Amino acid sequence: MTGVQGQDEAVMAALLKASLAGDEQAYTDFLRRAAALVRAFVRHRTRAGGVDAEDVVQETLLALHLKRHTWNQDRPVAPWLYAIARYKLIDAFRRRGRRIEVDIGDFADNLAAPEDEAQLSERDLSRVLDSLAPGQRSVVSSISVDGRSIGETAAALGMNETAVRVALHRGLKAIAKRFGQG
Amino acid sequence: MKTDDLIKVLGADTATAAMPLQRSWRMALVIAVVLAGVAFFAMLGPRADIADAMHHSRFLFKFVLTVGLAASAWAAARALSRPEGGAGLWWIAVVPALLVGAIVLEMSAMPADRWRGLMMGSNSRLCLTFIPLIGIGPLAAFIVALRHGAPARPGLSGAVAGLLAGGVAATFYAAHCVDDSPLFVAVWYGLAIAGLSAAGAVAAKVWVRW
Repeated sequence: MTGVQGQDEAVMAALLKASLAGDEQAYTDFLRRAAALVRAFVRHRTRAGGVDAEDVVQETLLALHLKRHTWNQDRPVAPWLYAIARYKLIDAFRRRGRRIEVDIGDFADNLAAPEDEAQLSERDLSRVLDSLAPGQRSVVSSISVDGRSIGETAAALGMNETAVRVALHRGLKAIAKRFGQG
Repeated sequence: MKTDDLIKVLGADTATAAMPLQRSWRMALVIAVVLAGVAFFAMLGPRADIADAMHHSRFLFKFVLTVGLAASAWAAARALSRPEGGAGLWWIAVVPALLVGAIVLEMSAMPADRWRGLMMGSNSRLCLTFIPLIGIGPLAAFIVALRHGAPARPGLSGAVAGLLAGGVAATFYAAHCVDDSPLFVAVWYGLAIAGLSAAGAVAAKVWVRW
């Protein structure tokens, strides 16, 4: 798979549009592709110093998610996606007391990382979960660790689905905030 | 932590759709105008001779400047609130350019010994007090809109939001102000609006992080 050009851009835009209309399958597909693109973008820019590339990939995915309403549907996805990755990359370096210049002019040349690349960040999932309020923690962990759906989580925890969705959304915001603190 | 676990969680969170960015900006603008209008009519109100002033080009030109500033900053702030945004920023230069032209005209129309008096006016302190006072509510509304967005340059976005708040506030204040010379407007409106812009930059650096 090459960088975001032509066909890929059209696919990404179609997937994101479907996602915004509520298609979960399209959204997961979009996020997997986005992760591969961001990983390639971030990987060789973090080689020099103290920043875990996969940390930045995950921070970017969270930001893409929480800020997906900032994508203008009439515009291409790639510049938007790389602008967010760039912001998160600079943020990661800033937290470690370093400044970097990140050029996204050549993003079209990025190659998506091979699938066998480590897709594990140095952050420990249990520690991320520990930072959440108990209600949010049980919901996020049910979906991420146990792989349950919203409906299954609601049944397992004896909550209604709306409450599960609210706890999940708040939990993700809390995780994003915690990521931003280092 | 596995990225795929995160994707699973994000994929499950599609039901909570945030308000589209355009709508949040429009809401912020409506709130800003209402807040500025309430502050203006509660504290100042229009000048007594406003019906007469409407016939004078210097008075009317103040509104060209203030509305022009608000319009250009409106476009720039909305663009900057998107991660890849930044296009449209140069429109902000239009109003200063107009103002420079007006200053040249004013200085060629007026004898040199009147320039200082026209510039100092009679109400500079009022101007420096009330433009920020009227503009602070609008600025808060625009900072909230920026928080809803994802500006890659929070400081710059906040400064532009401050110009926008300043443009809205100055449009109201101009209806009260009896100093109509572009020399006065450039110095005192300029200072007051620059203050709001600086406040916007600082506020955004503190509150607009994502």
